[in-house]
Amino acid sequence: MTNHWVDIKNADLILIMGGNAAEAHPCGFKWVTEAKANRGAKLVVVDPRFTRSAAVSDYYAPVRVGSDIAFLGGVIRYLLETGQINHEYVAHYTNAALIVKEEYSFADGLFSGYDEVNRRYDRSSWGYELGEDGYVRADETLQHPRCVYQLMKTHFDRYTPEVVSRITGTPEDRFLKICEMIGETSRPDKVMTIMYALGWTQHSVGSQNIRTMAMIQLLLGNMGMPGGGVNALRGHANVQGITDMNLVTTNLPGYLGLPGDDDQSFEGFMDKRALKPVRPGQMSFWQNYPKFHVSLMKAWWGEHANADNGFAWDYLPHVDKPYDVLQMFELMHAGQMNGFLCQGFNPLAAVSHKAKMSTALARLKYMVVMDPLATETSEFWRNFGEFNPVNTRQIQTEVFRLPTTLFAEEDGTFTNSGRVIAWKEKAVDPPGVARTDRRIIAGLYLELKRLYEEEGGAYPDPIVHLHWPYGNPDEPSAPELLREISGRALQDIGDIPAGRQLAGFGQLRDDGGTACGNWLYSGCWSAEGNLTARRDTADPSGLGIYPGWGFAWPANRRILYNRAACDTQGKPWDPRRAPIAWDGSRWSGPDIPDMRPTAAPGEQVSPFIMLPEGVARLFAGMNDGPFPEHYEPFESPLGYNPLHPDQPAVTSNPAARVFANDWASFGTARDFPYAATTYRLTEHMHFWTKHSLANAIVQPSQFIEIGEALAREKGIANGDQVTVESNRGEITATAVVTKRIKPLRVEGRTVHTVGIPIHWGFTGVANKGYLANVLTPFVGDANSQTPEFKAFLVNIEKA
Amino acid sequence: MASMQSLDIKNRSATSLPSPSVRSHTELAKLIDVSKCIGCKACQVACMEWNDLRGPVGENTGVYDNPQDLNEHTWTLMRFSEVEPDDFSFEWLIRKDGCMHCDDPGCLKACPAPGAIVQYANGIVDFISEKCIGCGYCIAGCPFDIPRLSRADNRAYKCTLCSDRVAVGLEPACVTTCPTGCITFGTKEDMKQQAVLRIADLNSRGYDNAGLYDPPGVGGTHVMYVLQHADRPGLYHGLPEDPRISPMVGFWQGITKPLAIGALALLAMASFLHFIKHGPNVAEEDDDAPSRDKTRDRKEESSHVE
Repeated sequence: MTNHWVDIKNADLILIMGGNAAEAHPCGFKWVTEAKANRGAKLVVVDPRFTRSAAVSDYYAPVRVGSDIAFLGGVIRYLLETGQINHEYVAHYTNAALIVKEEYSFADGLFSGYDEVNRRYDRSSWGYELGEDGYVRADETLQHPRCVYQLMKTHFDRYTPEVVSRITGTPEDRFLKICEMIGETSRPDKVMTIMYALGWTQHSVGSQNIRTMAMIQLLLGNMGMPGGGVNALRGHANVQGITDMNLVTTNLPGYLGLPGDDDQSFEGFMDKRALKPVRPGQMSFWQNYPKFHVSLMKAWWGEHANADNGFAWDYLPHVDKPYDVLQMFELMHAGQMNGFLCQGFNPLAAVSHKAKMSTALARLKYMVVMDPLATETSEFWRNFGEFNPVNTRQIQTEVFRLPTTLFAEEDGTFTNSGRVIAWKEKAVDPPGVARTDRRIIAGLYLELKRLYEEEGGAYPDPIVHLHWPYGNPDEPSAPELLREISGRALQDIGDIPAGRQLAGFGQLRDDGGTACGNWLYSGCWSAEGNLTARRDTADPSGLGIYPGWGFAWPANRRILYNRAACDTQGKPWDPRRAPIAWDGSRWSGPDIPDMRPTAAPGEQVSPFIMLPEGVARLFAGMNDGPFPEHYEPFESPLGYNPLHPDQPAVTSNPAARVFANDWASFGTARDFPYAATTYRLTEHMHFWTKHSLANAIVQPSQFIEIGEALAREKGIANGDQVTVESNRGEITATAVVTKRIKPLRVEGRTVHTVGIPIHWGFTGVANKGYLANVLTPFVGDANSQTPEFKAFLVNIEKA
Repeated sequence: MASMQSLDIKNRSATSLPSPSVRSHTELAKLIDVSKCIGCKACQVACMEWNDLRGPVGENTGVYDNPQDLNEHTWTLMRFSEVEPDDFSFEWLIRKDGCMHCDDPGCLKACPAPGAIVQYANGIVDFISEKCIGCGYCIAGCPFDIPRLSRADNRAYKCTLCSDRVAVGLEPACVTTCPTGCITFGTKEDMKQQAVLRIADLNSRGYDNAGLYDPPGVGGTHVMYVLQHADRPGLYHGLPEDPRISPMVGFWQGITKPLAIGALALLAMASFLHFIKHGPNVAEEDDDAPSRDKTRDRKEESSHVE
């Protein structure tokens, strides 16, 4: 979230699209009801199904699975066409005025620089044009034909309401009604928030779905505003925490980068990352990159990371490509991976194309599963009849199961969707022989270290030199780890004595004088103590900022880009919703300014300080294009892209990675005529709560949802058993025939949607069922590689 | 139950003794704002957890309602209704079903077991399970079809409005857990005031017939609903439009019971005359049994009162 949970109460319009907050985030949804009850906010839901969120909405529109960019692109066109944008914001806080290189082009669904063989773009033609002063050229009148504003206008001109309706199946009047409601929030005193989740990320165009929405919020001037922003609702209590600490394999903690094959020196790597401003006077905050990187290396390797060895530069692995889950299981499937340490993860249930996953696991020599529950992954080798029809005799993988503590059985922190890090105490002792993950990993590390010390090895240094200063080496404590993550001085720095906890990342140094395990979390355990354990319920501004509750990264800032909540003169767009304002000498207010506190408005330091241009990007260097474009899901009920019907190469995202053997696993509408999507139910949490009796009672067994029209066509009655089949497998479950899923008119034909809740499997106390990912395709988003669980093709028959 | 709690009892089934009346009382109520309900079933699970209820894991039969009906382990249940109030609209109405705690409780009136159903002065209608004789009259007497008999112990069960929590100043478990603030709890007067605000909000969103469900036919209820379509409660999974206690219960109360009592009196008088005339009978085992039971019942009742 750029904003945070409580802040939803400040919104005038709440759009839920690409998510189902009432269903999947019922506790956070309370802030929607607050906004509705206390400020008369309106709730709009756009979803293929009439969801629990839709049940309490003011306005609902259906949309075909996998067509969100068409819908949102149409909203952009509507806003530009009707002039319902915040002009001052767009001109000064976005890159609308910046001029793009002449080489940039877009034709037939492809941007310039496409490499068909490798399915990737050379992005060099997407850059800005530089002036003689070395800075990016701009035209603040927004008239230059190659300024981002004009290119954007041209790009989205094709997304007329008629085209949108034809692609998405959303009735034109409903689409236009929603455009109107969204357009109203271009006024400075009206703010819209967007709540999305996996309904946008789990597509082959997932990142671009979200980007299109971010563009809308920028055009409306809603970014940085209380009640605004782009808000990702994260799934688990601490999934934001794991993302911050290092979820993506090409990252280091705090979204720092891991060196690639072509990064040959520490200095070269730092130069590439510490970006200089490309517009005059901008902060370009990543100039501080070396301070964060060096402090991380000091936290990890202590005295062994020093100026002489490029701060342990050679200890870091250099990656040749991302090793996301799809890549990992592709390698496992190809027999190129022998061992698998699976910590708090149930990939057999959670990753697509179960048959491939199961085969891959069977090709391992060994697998270690660390989990509090008996997961499907840990039982993949056991025959559960139709639900897991494997031949156990033929599986040689040795599986070790290490029971771990569950969240309530250990102390530590959760970082919620709103970036608030909250300390929690241990509530109960773990059952049986369960151990904390900390203890298991420490045990593994100490044994590896012993082996390297006693027997040597190819390159023992990174292992034997790891900094391990914990009171009990066998089990580092959660407070010790959080202090390490927050950071401390290693030498006297001004009036900060060596050994003291630092107040924040502003004190980090690139000379080895500080250690910090994650610069974004810096200051969360300062000299004042553990700030994540604060529970002050004071909210002096009434904006729901609660500055003394826990600690929000970065720097306890609750609303990111909050400088953009004020106009160019530093005056709040809406005085009732001012997280900060220029008081004549500095930025101040209830929130922590996302700006150099002394940067006077006249200095024209733009609010998006992490970018070298200082302004937000309506035109950006994503892997799959600088502007979002509608591409069909890899399994499309149409089989062509309505925007480019004669270009089969751009039916689906041309920059999405597909492994050679997986093309054949995709089905077509001829055999699998129905659009399908998977989703969660409020009664269950992923694949965990089927282990809990109370949850099992309130939602006991697997079902499939279909509309009444499809049910009639197929002779399926409510409660019948049905078989749903994709090109990768089939599952059988109870049919729930509902009015909540309606057939859509798409490109002149009828598209039916089949809804597949995910929560069942073959372990636990709920009725046994099939893993829904028997059906889903093995292809991911072009940027994040998140699998396309949300749009694929199936057939359905009465069982 | 503590004896002090007997001071809070307003009505008691099959008992004609007047209730204690020295204490002052405030009527309480739970307000369920259906327009805020997302059907998450947290209330259902909170009820199971607070009351230690775990029924069997059932099956999906084509609906979201699970279990399919109220039962001795399920004292509250989310009822999902897909409705088309008019030609242009579709709504998914989700109503938390359970005891309405009527001011004029049909269950209590119908119950023949003395003190098995009580009504506290705060409005809560509670089953005193150890006195339940399993006759099921409360089910017939309930205009909302709420109580359920357990096959295992042949007693009737339903929502207690967490009378144990309320007695010590806590809210019912479902209220505490509700994530959207759809369920609130307080004095009946406050809840009605709150409903007025909610109805005004719903009116402003185009629900012209929004209103409070507090049906007069049962004297009003201590569980009330804010409904978007108060003119058509039947849309909400058959919520009765004008619930009233079955005439059979009135019949039992008004005519049948006095008649039965009269018949008993006649019988007693006849026995007395018989005794005067013929002296005592020799007691037989079977004859004696019911009178012993009666004595035990009275003892239990007095121990409850203490």
